[in-house]
Amino acid sequence: MDRKVVIPGDLLSEDAKRSGEGTFVKDGQVYSLLYGLANYRDKINVIPLAGKYVPAPGDNVIGVVKDITFSNWIVDINSPYDGLLHISEYPKRIESDEMSKYLRIGTSVMTRVKDVDPTMKVELTLNDRKLGMIKTGQVIEISHTRVPRLIGKGGSMISMLKKELNCNIFVGQNGRIWINGSADDMDLALKTVLLIEKEAHTNGLTDRIVEFLKKEKEARS
Amino acid sequence: MIAMDESNISFFKDGCRLDGRKADQLRPLKIEVGVLARADGSCYIEMGGNKVIAAVYGPREVHPRHLQEVTRAIVRYRYNMASFSVEERKRPGPDRRSYELSKVSREALEPVILTSYFPRSVIDVFVEVLQADAGTRTAGINAASVALADAGIPMKSLISSCAAGKVADTIVLDPMKEEDNFGQADLPVAMTPNGDITLLQMDGGLSPAELHEAVEMAMNGCRQIYELQRKSLVDKYSQLESLSQVPEQEAEACD
Repeated sequence: MDRKVVIPGDLLSEDAKRSGEGTFVKDGQVYSLLYGLANYRDKINVIPLAGKYVPAPGDNVIGVVKDITFSNWIVDINSPYDGLLHISEYPKRIESDEMSKYLRIGTSVMTRVKDVDPTMKVELTLNDRKLGMIKTGQVIEISHTRVPRLIGKGGSMISMLKKELNCNIFVGQNGRIWINGSADDMDLALKTVLLIEKEAHTNGLTDRIVEFLKKEKEARS
Repeated sequence: MIAMDESNISFFKDGCRLDGRKADQLRPLKIEVGVLARADGSCYIEMGGNKVIAAVYGPREVHPRHLQEVTRAIVRYRYNMASFSVEERKRPGPDRRSYELSKVSREALEPVILTSYFPRSVIDVFVEVLQADAGTRTAGINAASVALADAGIPMKSLISSCAAGKVADTIVLDPMKEEDNFGQADLPVAMTPNGDITLLQMDGGLSPAELHEAVEMAMNGCRQIYELQRKSLVDKYSQLESLSQVPEQEAEACD
Protein backbone atom coordinates (compact mmCIF):
# COMPACT_ATOMS: atom_id res chain seq x y z
CA MET A 1 0.00 0.00 0.00
CA ASP A 2 1.32 3.44 -0.89
CA ARG A 3 -0.31 5.41 1.88
CA LYS A 4 0.55 5.83 5.52
CA VAL A 5 -0.73 7.78 8.51
CA VAL A 6 1.63 10.60 9.35
CA ILE A 7 1.69 13.32 11.96
CA PRO A 8 3.21 16.80 11.71
CA GLY A 9 6.99 16.62 11.65
CA ASP A 10 7.30 13.08 10.29
CA LEU A 11 10.16 12.55 7.87
CA LEU A 12 8.73 11.56 4.49
CA SER A 13 11.66 11.58 2.12
CA GLU A 14 15.30 12.53 1.73
CA ASP A 15 14.60 14.01 -1.69
CA ALA A 16 13.51 17.63 -1.51
CA LYS A 17 12.05 17.47 -5.02
CA ARG A 18 9.31 15.11 -3.91
CA SER A 19 7.73 17.68 -1.61
CA GLY A 20 4.05 18.04 -2.48
CA GLU A 21 0.96 19.41 -0.79
CA GLY A 22 0.89 19.28 2.99
CA THR A 23 4.66 18.94 3.30
CA PHE A 24 7.60 21.21 3.90
CA VAL A 25 11.30 21.02 3.22
CA LYS A 26 13.96 21.55 5.84
CA ASP A 27 17.65 20.91 5.24
CA GLY A 28 16.87 19.12 1.99
CA GLN A 29 14.49 16.66 3.61
CA VAL A 30 10.73 16.45 3.24
CA TYR A 31 8.56 16.50 6.36
CA SER A 32 4.81 16.35 6.89
CA LEU A 33 2.94 19.48 7.88
CA LEU A 34 -0.31 17.76 8.70
CA TYR A 35 -1.93 14.90 10.51
CA GLY A 36 -3.22 12.84 7.63
CA LEU A 37 -2.44 10.25 5.00
CA ALA A 38 0.78 10.44 3.04
CA ASN A 39 0.47 9.50 -0.61
CA TYR A 40 3.72 8.31 -2.14
CA ARG A 41 3.69 9.10 -5.85
CA ASP A 42 6.24 11.14 -7.82
CA LYS A 43 5.46 13.81 -5.28
CA ILE A 44 4.53 13.07 -1.72
CA ASN A 45 1.24 14.65 -0.75
CA VAL A 46 -0.28 14.58 2.70
CA ILE A 47 -4.06 14.52 2.65
CA PRO A 48 -5.43 15.95 5.88
CA LEU A 49 -8.04 14.09 7.93
CA ALA A 50 -9.57 17.31 9.19
CA GLY A 51 -9.28 21.04 8.74
CA LYS A 52 -11.04 24.08 7.44
CA TYR A 53 -11.71 24.88 3.82
CA VAL A 54 -9.45 27.60 2.42
CA PRO A 55 -10.84 29.05 -0.81
CA ALA A 56 -8.74 28.89 -3.97
CA PRO A 57 -9.48 30.50 -7.36
CA GLY A 58 -11.54 28.25 -9.62
CA ASP A 59 -13.17 26.23 -6.84
CA ASN A 60 -16.88 25.60 -7.13
CA VAL A 61 -18.50 26.25 -3.79
CA ILE A 62 -21.98 26.32 -2.33
CA GLY A 63 -22.66 29.29 -0.13
CA VAL A 64 -25.45 30.87 1.84
CA VAL A 65 -26.11 34.60 1.55
CA LYS A 66 -25.69 36.04 5.01
CA ASP A 67 -25.69 39.77 4.40
CA ILE A 68 -26.20 42.35 1.71
CA THR A 69 -24.08 45.48 1.43
CA PHE A 70 -24.21 48.33 -1.07
CA SER A 71 -22.88 46.31 -3.99
CA ASN A 72 -21.94 42.92 -2.56
CA TRP A 73 -23.67 39.88 -1.25
CA ILE A 74 -21.71 38.44 1.64
CA VAL A 75 -21.75 34.70 1.32
CA ASP A 76 -20.91 32.14 3.98
CA ILE A 77 -18.83 29.49 2.24
CA ASN A 78 -18.13 27.21 5.20
CA SER A 79 -14.66 28.64 5.67
CA PRO A 80 -12.91 31.08 8.00
CA TYR A 81 -13.28 33.61 5.20
CA ASP A 82 -16.52 35.02 3.81
CA GLY A 83 -17.11 35.22 0.09
CA LEU A 84 -18.02 38.47 -1.64
CA LEU A 85 -20.36 38.24 -4.58
CA HIS A 86 -20.30 41.54 -6.41
CA ILE A 87 -23.43 42.81 -8.09
CA SER A 88 -21.65 42.81 -11.46
CA GLU A 89 -20.99 39.09 -11.12
CA TYR A 90 -24.70 38.38 -11.27
CA PRO A 91 -25.60 37.12 -14.77
CA LYS A 92 -28.11 39.92 -15.23
CA ARG A 93 -27.63 43.65 -14.79
CA ILE A 94 -29.42 44.68 -11.60
CA GLU A 95 -29.72 47.84 -9.57
CA SER A 96 -28.13 47.92 -6.18
CA ASP A 97 -31.39 48.66 -4.35
CA GLU A 98 -32.94 45.58 -5.91
CA MET A 99 -30.27 43.12 -4.78
CA SER A 100 -32.45 41.48 -2.18
CA LYS A 101 -35.06 40.73 -4.83
CA TYR A 102 -32.67 38.39 -6.58
CA LEU A 103 -30.69 36.83 -3.76
CA ARG A 104 -32.19 37.23 -0.31
CA ILE A 105 -30.46 36.57 2.98
CA GLY A 106 -30.57 32.84 3.57
CA THR A 107 -30.50 31.90 -0.11
CA SER A 108 -28.18 29.08 -1.10
CA VAL A 109 -26.10 29.70 -4.18
CA MET A 110 -23.79 27.59 -6.30
CA THR A 111 -20.89 29.87 -7.07
CA ARG A 112 -17.28 29.81 -8.16
CA VAL A 113 -14.32 31.46 -6.50
CA LYS A 114 -13.11 34.06 -8.99
CA ASP A 115 -10.17 35.39 -7.10
CA VAL A 116 -8.54 35.31 -3.69
CA ASP A 117 -6.10 38.03 -2.73
CA PRO A 118 -3.28 37.66 -0.18
CA THR A 119 -5.40 39.16 2.59
CA MET A 120 -7.96 36.44 1.87
CA LYS A 121 -10.60 38.65 0.29
CA VAL A 122 -12.63 36.06 -1.59
CA GLU A 123 -14.41 37.16 -4.77
CA LEU A 124 -17.16 34.95 -6.08
CA THR A 125 -18.91 34.82 -9.42
CA LEU A 126 -22.20 33.55 -10.78
CA ASN A 127 -21.24 34.04 -14.41
CA ASP A 128 -21.55 30.49 -15.65
CA ARG A 129 -24.46 28.42 -16.83
CA LYS A 130 -23.74 25.78 -14.19
CA LEU A 131 -23.88 28.30 -11.36
CA GLY A 132 -26.85 30.00 -9.79
CA MET A 133 -29.34 30.10 -6.99
CA ILE A 134 -30.55 26.83 -5.48
CA LYS A 135 -34.32 26.47 -5.77
CA THR A 136 -34.93 22.72 -5.50
CA GLY A 137 -33.20 19.65 -4.17
CA GLN A 138 -31.16 19.50 -0.99
CA VAL A 139 -27.75 20.52 0.20
CA ILE A 140 -25.73 18.31 2.50
CA GLU A 141 -22.51 19.13 4.24
CA ILE A 142 -19.49 16.85 4.58
CA SER A 143 -15.92 17.58 5.55
CA HIS A 144 -14.15 19.32 2.68
CA THR A 145 -11.23 16.92 3.07
CA ARG A 146 -13.47 14.14 1.74
CA VAL A 147 -14.46 15.97 -1.44
CA PRO A 148 -11.63 14.58 -3.60
CA ARG A 149 -12.84 11.04 -2.85
CA LEU A 150 -16.40 11.96 -3.74
CA ILE A 151 -15.20 13.20 -7.11
CA GLY A 152 -12.83 10.30 -7.64
CA LYS A 153 -9.87 10.03 -9.98
CA GLY A 154 -10.68 12.12 -13.04
CA GLY A 155 -14.28 12.40 -11.88
CA SER A 156 -14.84 8.63 -11.94
CA MET A 157 -16.81 8.48 -8.71
CA ILE A 158 -19.05 11.45 -9.30
CA SER A 159 -19.96 10.53 -12.89
CA MET A 160 -20.79 7.01 -11.71
CA LEU A 161 -23.00 8.44 -8.97
CA LYS A 162 -24.82 10.79 -11.31
CA LYS A 163 -25.58 7.90 -13.67
CA GLU A 164 -26.53 5.32 -11.06
CA LEU A 165 -28.51 7.64 -8.82
CA ASN A 166 -30.45 9.49 -11.49
CA CYS A 167 -29.66 12.72 -9.67
CA ASN A 168 -28.17 16.03 -10.48
CA ILE A 169 -25.20 16.54 -8.20
CA PHE A 170 -23.12 19.68 -7.72
CA VAL A 171 -20.08 19.24 -5.53
CA GLY A 172 -18.76 22.29 -3.75
CA GLN A 173 -15.08 22.14 -2.86
CA ASN A 174 -16.08 23.53 0.53
CA GLY A 175 -17.83 20.26 1.41
CA ARG A 176 -21.37 21.28 0.55
CA ILE A 177 -23.11 19.09 -1.97
CA TRP A 178 -26.32 19.81 -3.82
CA ILE A 179 -28.46 16.87 -4.87
CA ASN A 180 -31.55 17.14 -7.00
CA GLY A 181 -33.78 14.27 -8.14
CA SER A 182 -36.86 12.33 -7.11
CA ALA A 183 -37.42 11.87 -3.38
CA ASP A 184 -36.32 8.22 -3.39
CA ASP A 185 -33.26 8.90 -5.48
CA MET A 186 -32.25 11.75 -3.23
CA ASP A 187 -32.55 9.57 -0.15
CA LEU A 188 -30.26 7.00 -1.67
CA ALA A 189 -27.87 9.71 -2.85
CA LEU A 190 -27.74 11.14 0.65
CA LYS A 191 -26.96 7.75 2.13
CA THR A 192 -24.27 7.13 -0.46
CA VAL A 193 -22.55 10.46 0.04
CA LEU A 194 -22.49 9.96 3.80
CA LEU A 195 -21.06 6.49 3.28
CA ILE A 196 -18.34 7.92 1.08
CA GLU A 197 -17.54 10.50 3.73
CA LYS A 198 -17.26 7.83 6.39
CA GLU A 199 -15.05 5.54 4.32
CA ALA A 200 -13.14 8.19 2.42
CA HIS A 201 -9.77 7.02 3.69
CA THR A 202 -10.12 3.41 2.50
CA ASN A 203 -8.94 1.81 -0.72
CA GLY A 204 -11.09 0.59 -3.61
CA LEU A 205 -13.94 2.84 -2.63
CA THR A 206 -15.57 3.23 -6.05
CA ASP A 207 -16.02 -0.53 -6.45
CA ARG A 208 -17.51 -0.83 -3.01
CA ILE A 209 -19.94 2.01 -3.66
CA VAL A 210 -21.05 0.40 -6.94
CA GLU A 211 -21.80 -2.76 -5.00
CA PHE A 212 -23.58 -0.84 -2.26
CA LEU A 213 -25.80 0.86 -4.83
CA LYS A 214 -26.58 -2.44 -6.51
CA LYS A 215 -27.68 -3.93 -3.21
CA GLU A 216 -29.75 -0.90 -2.25
CA LYS A 217 -31.48 -0.91 -5.59
CA GLU A 218 -32.33 -4.59 -5.34
CA ALA A 219 -33.80 -4.00 -1.92
CA ARG A 220 -35.97 -1.27 -3.33
CA SER A 221 -37.41 -3.17 -6.29
CA MET B 1 -5.34 19.10 54.55
CA ILE B 2 -2.73 17.47 56.71
CA ALA B 3 -0.04 19.97 57.43
CA MET B 4 3.25 18.52 56.31
CA ASP B 5 6.36 19.59 58.08
CA GLU B 6 8.69 20.77 55.39
CA SER B 7 11.84 19.96 57.29
CA ASN B 8 11.38 16.26 57.96
CA ILE B 9 9.69 14.84 54.94
CA SER B 10 11.33 11.92 53.20
CA PHE B 11 10.95 11.86 49.44
CA PHE B 12 12.66 8.55 48.96
CA LYS B 13 12.07 5.12 50.35
CA ASP B 14 14.29 2.20 49.32
CA GLY B 15 15.55 4.22 46.34
CA CYS B 16 12.01 4.82 45.10
CA ARG B 17 9.90 7.95 45.23
CA LEU B 18 6.72 8.37 47.26
CA ASP B 19 4.60 6.90 44.47
CA GLY B 20 7.07 4.13 43.79
CA ARG B 21 8.74 5.66 40.75
CA LYS B 22 12.41 5.81 39.96
CA ALA B 23 14.01 9.26 39.80
CA ASP B 24 13.95 9.33 36.00
CA GLN B 25 10.55 7.77 35.50
CA LEU B 26 7.41 9.46 34.17
CA ARG B 27 4.01 9.09 35.73
CA PRO B 28 1.55 6.89 33.82
CA LEU B 29 0.29 8.71 30.75
CA LYS B 30 -2.94 8.30 28.87
CA ILE B 31 -3.88 10.28 25.76
CA GLU B 32 -7.20 10.22 23.95
CA VAL B 33 -7.78 12.10 20.70
CA GLY B 34 -11.03 13.54 19.38
CA VAL B 35 -13.06 13.44 22.59
CA LEU B 36 -15.21 16.50 21.83
CA ALA B 37 -17.65 16.45 18.95
CA ARG B 38 -18.14 20.19 18.60
CA ALA B 39 -14.50 21.20 18.65
CA ASP B 40 -12.43 21.05 15.47
CA GLY B 41 -9.78 19.15 17.37
CA SER B 42 -9.60 17.88 20.92
CA CYS B 43 -7.56 15.77 23.27
CA TYR B 44 -7.88 14.40 26.77
CA ILE B 45 -4.75 13.62 28.71
CA GLU B 46 -3.98 12.03 32.05
CA MET B 47 -0.48 12.54 33.39
CA GLY B 48 -0.47 10.83 36.73
CA GLY B 49 -3.07 12.68 38.77
CA ASN B 50 -3.48 15.45 36.21
CA LYS B 51 -6.60 15.32 34.12
CA VAL B 52 -6.65 17.88 31.36
CA ILE B 53 -8.84 18.42 28.33
CA ALA B 54 -7.84 20.57 25.37
CA ALA B 55 -10.10 21.87 22.61
CA VAL B 56 -9.03 23.63 19.42
CA TYR B 57 -11.32 25.79 17.33
CA GLY B 58 -10.39 27.32 14.06
CA PRO B 59 -8.92 28.77 12.05
CA ARG B 60 -11.96 30.99 12.30
CA GLU B 61 -12.96 34.62 12.07
CA VAL B 62 -11.42 36.88 14.70
CA HIS B 63 -13.71 38.54 17.22
CA PRO B 64 -13.08 41.23 18.38
CA ARG B 65 -11.94 42.48 14.99
CA HIS B 66 -9.07 44.70 16.14
CA LEU B 67 -7.02 41.68 17.20
CA GLN B 68 -6.88 40.51 13.60
CA GLU B 69 -3.51 40.30 11.83
CA VAL B 70 -3.49 40.88 8.09
CA THR B 71 -0.69 38.48 7.25
CA ARG B 72 -1.14 35.63 9.69
CA ALA B 73 -3.42 33.82 12.05
CA ILE B 74 -3.28 34.72 15.70
CA VAL B 75 -3.20 32.03 18.35
CA ARG B 76 -5.17 32.37 21.54
CA TYR B 77 -4.52 30.00 24.38
CA ARG B 78 -6.67 29.87 27.46
CA TYR B 79 -5.48 27.88 30.41
CA ASN B 80 -8.11 27.46 33.06
CA MET B 81 -8.32 25.43 36.23
CA ALA B 82 -11.69 24.11 37.28
CA SER B 83 -12.71 25.20 40.75
CA PHE B 84 -12.82 21.54 41.78
CA SER B 85 -9.41 20.67 40.34
CA VAL B 86 -7.52 21.23 43.57
CA GLU B 87 -8.06 20.22 47.17
CA GLU B 88 -9.05 23.64 48.39
CA ARG B 89 -11.66 25.20 46.09
CA LYS B 90 -10.02 27.42 43.52
CA ARG B 91 -11.78 30.71 42.98
CA PRO B 92 -13.04 30.37 39.43
CA GLY B 93 -11.97 32.69 36.64
CA PRO B 94 -8.69 33.96 35.28
CA ASP B 95 -6.03 35.02 37.75
CA ARG B 96 -2.42 36.11 37.61
CA ARG B 97 -1.17 32.53 37.42
CA SER B 98 -3.47 31.42 34.61
CA TYR B 99 -2.69 34.53 32.55
CA GLU B 100 0.97 33.72 32.79
CA LEU B 101 0.53 30.05 31.98
CA SER B 102 -1.67 30.92 29.01
CA LYS B 103 1.02 33.21 27.69
CA VAL B 104 3.96 30.86 28.09
CA SER B 105 1.98 27.89 26.77
CA ARG B 106 0.91 29.86 23.72
CA GLU B 107 4.50 30.86 23.10
CA ALA B 108 5.53 27.23 23.47
CA LEU B 109 3.19 26.16 20.69
CA GLU B 110 3.24 29.15 18.33
CA PRO B 111 6.69 28.50 16.79
CA VAL B 112 5.52 25.25 15.18
CA ILE B 113 2.17 26.47 13.90
CA LEU B 114 2.18 27.80 10.34
CA THR B 115 0.11 30.86 11.06
CA SER B 116 0.88 32.43 7.68
CA TYR B 117 -1.42 29.87 6.02
CA PHE B 118 -4.47 31.53 7.53
CA PRO B 119 -4.25 35.32 7.43
CA ARG B 120 -6.90 37.31 9.28
CA SER B 121 -8.03 34.36 11.36
CA VAL B 122 -7.65 32.98 14.83
CA ILE B 123 -6.78 29.57 16.21
CA ASP B 124 -8.35 29.21 19.63
CA VAL B 125 -6.95 26.71 22.10
CA PHE B 126 -8.82 26.04 25.31
CA VAL B 127 -7.20 24.00 28.04
CA GLU B 128 -9.28 22.99 31.03
CA VAL B 129 -7.63 21.42 34.03
CA LEU B 130 -10.13 19.04 35.62
CA GLN B 131 -7.79 17.64 38.22
CA ALA B 132 -4.43 19.06 39.16
CA ASP B 133 -1.44 17.17 40.50
CA ALA B 134 1.62 19.31 39.62
CA GLY B 135 2.73 19.87 36.06
CA THR B 136 -0.61 20.98 34.66
CA ARG B 137 1.02 23.39 32.23
CA THR B 138 3.04 20.57 30.70
CA ALA B 139 -0.01 18.33 30.49
CA GLY B 140 -1.92 21.21 28.92
CA ILE B 141 0.74 21.81 26.28
CA ASN B 142 0.90 18.10 25.44
CA ALA B 143 -2.86 17.94 25.05
CA ALA B 144 -3.06 21.19 23.08
CA SER B 145 -0.40 20.07 20.62
CA VAL B 146 -2.24 16.81 19.92
CA ALA B 147 -5.54 18.67 19.63
CA LEU B 148 -4.00 21.09 17.11
CA ALA B 149 -2.86 18.18 14.96
CA ASP B 150 -6.31 16.62 15.29
CA ALA B 151 -7.84 19.88 14.06
CA GLY B 152 -5.82 19.58 10.86
CA ILE B 153 -3.74 22.66 11.53
CA PRO B 154 -0.42 22.70 9.66
CA MET B 155 2.50 22.44 12.05
CA LYS B 156 6.21 21.80 11.68
CA SER B 157 6.02 19.19 14.43
CA LEU B 158 4.25 18.34 17.64
CA ILE B 159 5.33 19.84 20.94
CA SER B 160 6.01 17.65 23.94
CA SER B 161 6.37 18.98 27.42
CA CYS B 162 7.60 17.63 30.70
CA ALA B 163 9.01 18.95 33.96
CA ALA B 164 12.00 18.00 36.04
CA GLY B 165 12.45 18.93 39.68
CA LYS B 166 14.85 18.78 42.58
CA VAL B 167 13.85 17.14 45.82
CA ALA B 168 16.11 16.12 48.66
CA ASP B 169 19.09 17.25 46.53
CA THR B 170 18.17 14.77 43.82
CA ILE B 171 17.01 15.64 40.29
CA VAL B 172 13.74 13.87 39.52
CA LEU B 173 11.57 13.66 36.42
CA ASP B 174 7.94 14.77 36.31
CA PRO B 175 7.42 15.77 39.94
CA MET B 176 4.06 15.03 41.52
CA LYS B 177 2.25 17.29 43.93
CA GLU B 178 4.20 16.53 47.10
CA GLU B 179 7.53 16.88 45.35
CA ASP B 180 6.44 20.09 43.68
CA ASN B 181 5.11 21.66 46.87
CA PHE B 182 7.95 20.68 49.15
CA GLY B 183 10.80 20.24 46.69
CA GLN B 184 13.65 22.60 45.98
CA ALA B 185 13.05 23.31 42.30
CA ASP B 186 10.63 22.78 39.44
CA LEU B 187 11.68 23.10 35.80
CA PRO B 188 9.07 22.70 33.08
CA VAL B 189 10.37 22.19 29.55
CA ALA B 190 8.57 22.05 26.22
CA MET B 191 10.28 21.04 23.02
CA THR B 192 9.94 19.74 19.49
CA PRO B 193 10.92 16.12 18.85
CA ASN B 194 14.26 17.21 17.41
CA GLY B 195 15.22 19.00 20.60
CA ASP B 196 14.37 22.67 20.01
CA ILE B 197 13.18 24.01 23.34
CA THR B 198 10.15 26.30 23.18
CA LEU B 199 9.48 26.66 26.89
CA LEU B 200 11.85 26.66 29.82
CA GLN B 201 10.86 27.95 33.20
CA MET B 202 12.35 27.50 36.61
CA ASP B 203 10.97 27.82 40.07
CA GLY B 204 13.40 27.39 42.96
CA GLY B 205 17.14 27.09 42.70
CA LEU B 206 19.54 24.85 40.80
CA SER B 207 23.29 25.00 40.28
CA PRO B 208 24.48 25.21 36.65
CA ALA B 209 25.40 21.53 36.72
CA GLU B 210 22.06 20.57 38.19
CA LEU B 211 20.28 22.70 35.62
CA HIS B 212 22.01 20.82 32.82
CA GLU B 213 21.12 17.51 34.37
CA ALA B 214 17.50 18.56 34.91
CA VAL B 215 17.06 19.91 31.37
CA GLU B 216 18.57 16.73 29.95
CA MET B 217 16.22 14.62 32.07
CA ALA B 218 13.15 16.66 31.14
CA MET B 219 14.07 16.44 27.47
CA ASN B 220 14.26 12.68 27.80
CA GLY B 221 10.81 12.73 29.35
CA CYS B 222 9.55 14.82 26.43
CA ARG B 223 10.86 12.25 23.98
CA GLN B 224 8.95 9.50 25.77
CA ILE B 225 5.81 11.63 25.78
CA TYR B 226 6.24 12.37 22.07
CA GLU B 227 6.09 8.67 21.28
CA LEU B 228 2.78 8.40 23.13
CA GLN B 229 1.36 11.51 21.48
CA ARG B 230 2.30 10.07 18.12
CA LYS B 231 0.79 6.71 18.96
CA SER B 232 -2.48 8.23 20.10
CA LEU B 233 -2.92 10.04 16.78
CA VAL B 234 -2.00 7.02 14.68
CA ASP B 235 -4.32 4.82 16.77
CA LYS B 236 -7.24 7.15 16.21
CA TYR B 237 -6.87 6.61 12.50
CA SER B 238 -6.64 2.84 12.74
CA GLN B 239 -9.79 2.91 14.84
CA LEU B 240 -11.52 4.71 11.99
CA GLU B 241 -10.22 2.10 9.65
CA SER B 242 -11.44 -0.88 11.65
CA LEU B 243 -14.84 0.77 12.02
CA SER B 244 -15.37 0.75 8.32
CA GLN B 245 -14.07 -2.82 7.97
CA VAL B 246 -11.76 -2.68 5.02
CA PRO B 247 -11.49 -5.90 3.05
CA GLU B 248 -7.82 -6.75 2.75
CA GLN B 249 -7.70 -7.91 -0.88
CA GLU B 250 -8.39 -4.55 -2.46
CA ALA B 251 -5.69 -3.24 -4.70
CA GLU B 252 -7.09 -0.32 -6.66
CA ALA B 253 -6.75 3.09 -5.07
CA CYS B 254 -8.86 5.98 -6.18
CA ASP B 255 -8.68 9.60 -5.26
